[in-house]
Amino acid sequence: MRVKLRIKRFDGEGDREPYWAEYEVEAEPTDRLLDALHAVKWYQDGTLSFRRSCAHGVCGSDAMLINGRNRLACKVLVKDLGERITVEPLRGYPVIKDLVVDQTAFFQKYESVKPYLSPEGEPPARERLQTPEQRERFDDTTKCILCAACTTSCPSFWSNPDYVGPAAIVNAHRFLFDSRDAATAERLAGLNGTDGVWRCRTVFNCVEACPRGIDITRAIGEVKKALLLGRT
Amino acid sequence: MYRGGAGQWAWLLHRLSGLGVLLFLLIHILDTGLVLFGPEVYDRVVKLYTHPVFRVGEVGLAAAVLYHALNGIRITLLDFYPELSPRQRQIFYGVVSLFALAFLPMAYLMLKPLF
Repeated sequence: MRVKLRIKRFDGEGDREPYWAEYEVEAEPTDRLLDALHAVKWYQDGTLSFRRSCAHGVCGSDAMLINGRNRLACKVLVKDLGERITVEPLRGYPVIKDLVVDQTAFFQKYESVKPYLSPEGEPPARERLQTPEQRERFDDTTKCILCAACTTSCPSFWSNPDYVGPAAIVNAHRFLFDSRDAATAERLAGLNGTDGVWRCRTVFNCVEACPRGIDITRAIGEVKKALLLGRT
Repeated sequence: MYRGGAGQWAWLLHRLSGLGVLLFLLIHILDTGLVLFGPEVYDRVVKLYTHPVFRVGEVGLAAAVLYHALNGIRITLLDFYPELSPRQRQIFYGVVSLFALAFLPMAYLMLKPLF
């Protein structure tokens, strides 16, 4: 099928404003959008810039705004997008070039929730054991690939870039509800501020955007409830 | 415009209806405050509200209060029972149904005297 791609481009140097460029490529209905972007970059216009690494929905590099929704270009099929496809960079971060945005702030928020296990006491000689039920408690939030599709679909984040954002809260949740972790109070305190979990207005755009199907609003809700009741 | 789902529309309507009710409250405080200038001024201004345009506006106000209240219950439910999250769209449709059920007869009764 012939596919018309409308891509929002930005040179990143000089003083040219962002502009729309149109390309026509031949694609199989079962091709991913990433294949169509490659067709443009490899055979029509090598200056088109976008991020991609594994190209199989695991590394989280190629999240972009596709037909008005945040999707991974390597997961969404051309047949599900139609013959005219609009592609824009993620919203809320400065565009470096074309579809590449500066995610420095995104990863600063991620680091701010201390996304690593902080257990108590001396390290044991063997593994820190956990029952299947204890592991199940935070299973959903282990799936995050840090693609930023959730955070950049969130109206609260668009209007306030200081909001810690759904992705960071998901990763805080992953350790908050881990029976082996002991930094609960510290983590909760960090999320209780004006730019913490309370900025979530249950819009559910994050849940709809997540390529891993994480129920993000539920995770945020569980953190809010933990703060309210003072226990996880 | 980001093409979000039911949750985004529920949120947007909640904001707009909230702002609408706030605007009404500001006008209401101003018109009630007119009593400071004596009963004649107050009566003359408040009489304006019998105009059909204001009656239609009141129907809009009722709609805003009703939606804001019903969706407020939806948000409260989701806050206290995060496990309801996968059902949020169905709860929103419930809000819309209850809204229609209460609003249509109310609008009919409010607008009937105009015709």
